[in-house]
Amino acid sequence: MSASELPTQPAADVRPGRAWRPFALTAPALILLVAVIGYPLFTIVLRSLSEPEWGVQNYVWFFGAPINLTVLQRTFTISAWVTIVCVICAYPYAYLMTAVGPRVRLVLVLCVLIPFWVSGVVRTLSWVILLQDSGVINSLLRLAGFDGIRLIRTQTGVVIGMAQVLLPFMILPLYSVMKGIDLRLMRAAQSLGARPSRAFFTVYLPLSLPGVYAGAIIVFILALGFYITPALLGGPRSTMLSTLVQTQVLSLLQWGRGGAMGVVLLVTTFVLLALAAPVMRSRYREAGRR
Amino acid sequence: MEIKPLTRVILGLVCLLVAIWLVAPTLVVVPMSFNENKSLAFPPQGFSWQWYQNFFTNPDWSSSFLNSLKVASVVAVLATVLGTLAAFGLDRMKAGSANLLRMLMLTPMVVPGVVLAIGIYAVYLDTHLVGTLLGFVLAHTILALPFVLIAVSASLEVFDRRLETAAASLGAGALTAFRTVTLPLILPGILSGLLFAFATSFDEIVVSLFITNPYLKTLPVQIFSSITRDADPTVAAVGTILLFATTILIGGGMLLLGRERKGRQ
Repeated sequence: MSASELPTQPAADVRPGRAWRPFALTAPALILLVAVIGYPLFTIVLRSLSEPEWGVQNYVWFFGAPINLTVLQRTFTISAWVTIVCVICAYPYAYLMTAVGPRVRLVLVLCVLIPFWVSGVVRTLSWVILLQDSGVINSLLRLAGFDGIRLIRTQTGVVIGMAQVLLPFMILPLYSVMKGIDLRLMRAAQSLGARPSRAFFTVYLPLSLPGVYAGAIIVFILALGFYITPALLGGPRSTMLSTLVQTQVLSLLQWGRGGAMGVVLLVTTFVLLALAAPVMRSRYREAGRR
Repeated sequence: MEIKPLTRVILGLVCLLVAIWLVAPTLVVVPMSFNENKSLAFPPQGFSWQWYQNFFTNPDWSSSFLNSLKVASVVAVLATVLGTLAAFGLDRMKAGSANLLRMLMLTPMVVPGVVLAIGIYAVYLDTHLVGTLLGFVLAHTILALPFVLIAVSASLEVFDRRLETAAASLGAGALTAFRTVTLPLILPGILSGLLFAFATSFDEIVVSLFITNPYLKTLPVQIFSSITRDADPTVAAVGTILLFATTILIGGGMLLLGRERKGRQ
């Protein structure tokens, strides 16, 4: 019997009495998951509904106070800007990664991976050093004869720092999709008379969109929950939702209100994921078929 | 594909700028770490090793570093064992239940850090786990688990299970077949999962900030509180050490991989 005649799925799966085995293998991980993620999240939901008394007063408070809505809106705005900056920077970079020889590609990959691996706190520290009033950027501006500009504790500073931290999450999915695009399609388009720019917009761009969607969703969702970078680079006028949650719980000991904010953040994240999942899946499938 | 020379130059320049933006900001910690003054203002003055000395001699810094090493080592092993078992389980399940369970196990990656942190903090307050090694290990393990699961699942996907059947038909028991056939083939996936798990724990900050106490701090927590408290250049020295350790590990690993691949061809 040749190898190709062997069944691809061994019979172990369907042997009666053994179906519990795979579940037994996943059980330890699942138990830990329930204990360390499931139960704490349940506690937070419970507290948001029960402290100081049962009811939805914490949610009424959250959506009734203008300051909370401002912060919620700002969290979305900052995340959207970060996503836009990441798409613009990552697209040409990921494209170049597919177009160069192996040596240059190795350098480009290292440029993405090294910051990705260097501690997130350290990278935020670098941005503090760069952006502060006595920092690198302002020193250079003054040397060149310009007035210093305020970057730290501004929304711009937060966006710059967050986009740099999140850029690898955009580049890597984009690269993996672009790698699979058959460049002969572009040549075919051009041989049929399309100018390079037209070939790019009608052939390459649509084929690379699944990567853009995947990366953008990841970056946006991660940005929504960012805590360290806004805490260190931002000021009172660039507070994001995470910082507000932390203040309510640790400083004001308002577990109910902090919990309600956390639940809003959590639900938003999962709604976005649920909305994005089918789009991403179908796009991937389309790309695969072509 | 034909690219015009002008387009090519512009593309190259844009990418150069992006590469600089990715790498250069992190490098700024290197000159700051040799500052003579206790300040993080740019440009640094003079030259001294004192902040490196401080990192190794000041108990605040050295103990937090040791704590991080301890926690991350235990987490790496624990998450790798649990994650590998789970990956095997999912691989051998019907597609429906496997997909559902996989999604569940990946949730730690998308739950916003602070939400998870207050939840875990609330539970730890009740169970007296705040500021304990066990508390850190449990929280970091669950955060590292998805990375192991992804890495090992990817290896299992390309693993030909008929090889196990072949081993069994030659008389190997399930364990022997696993040890001599399956394990060596998926080892790269397990090792990269181990590395990711270590890095995740070593770098974790948000949950750690909530479950820490003055007696037990990890390195990221110590860095964070140092940045918010005063302008101590020791953080720059730590950053420089971490930067070089990471670069050597990744660069060396990639060189080794490249050489191995070349050797095989």
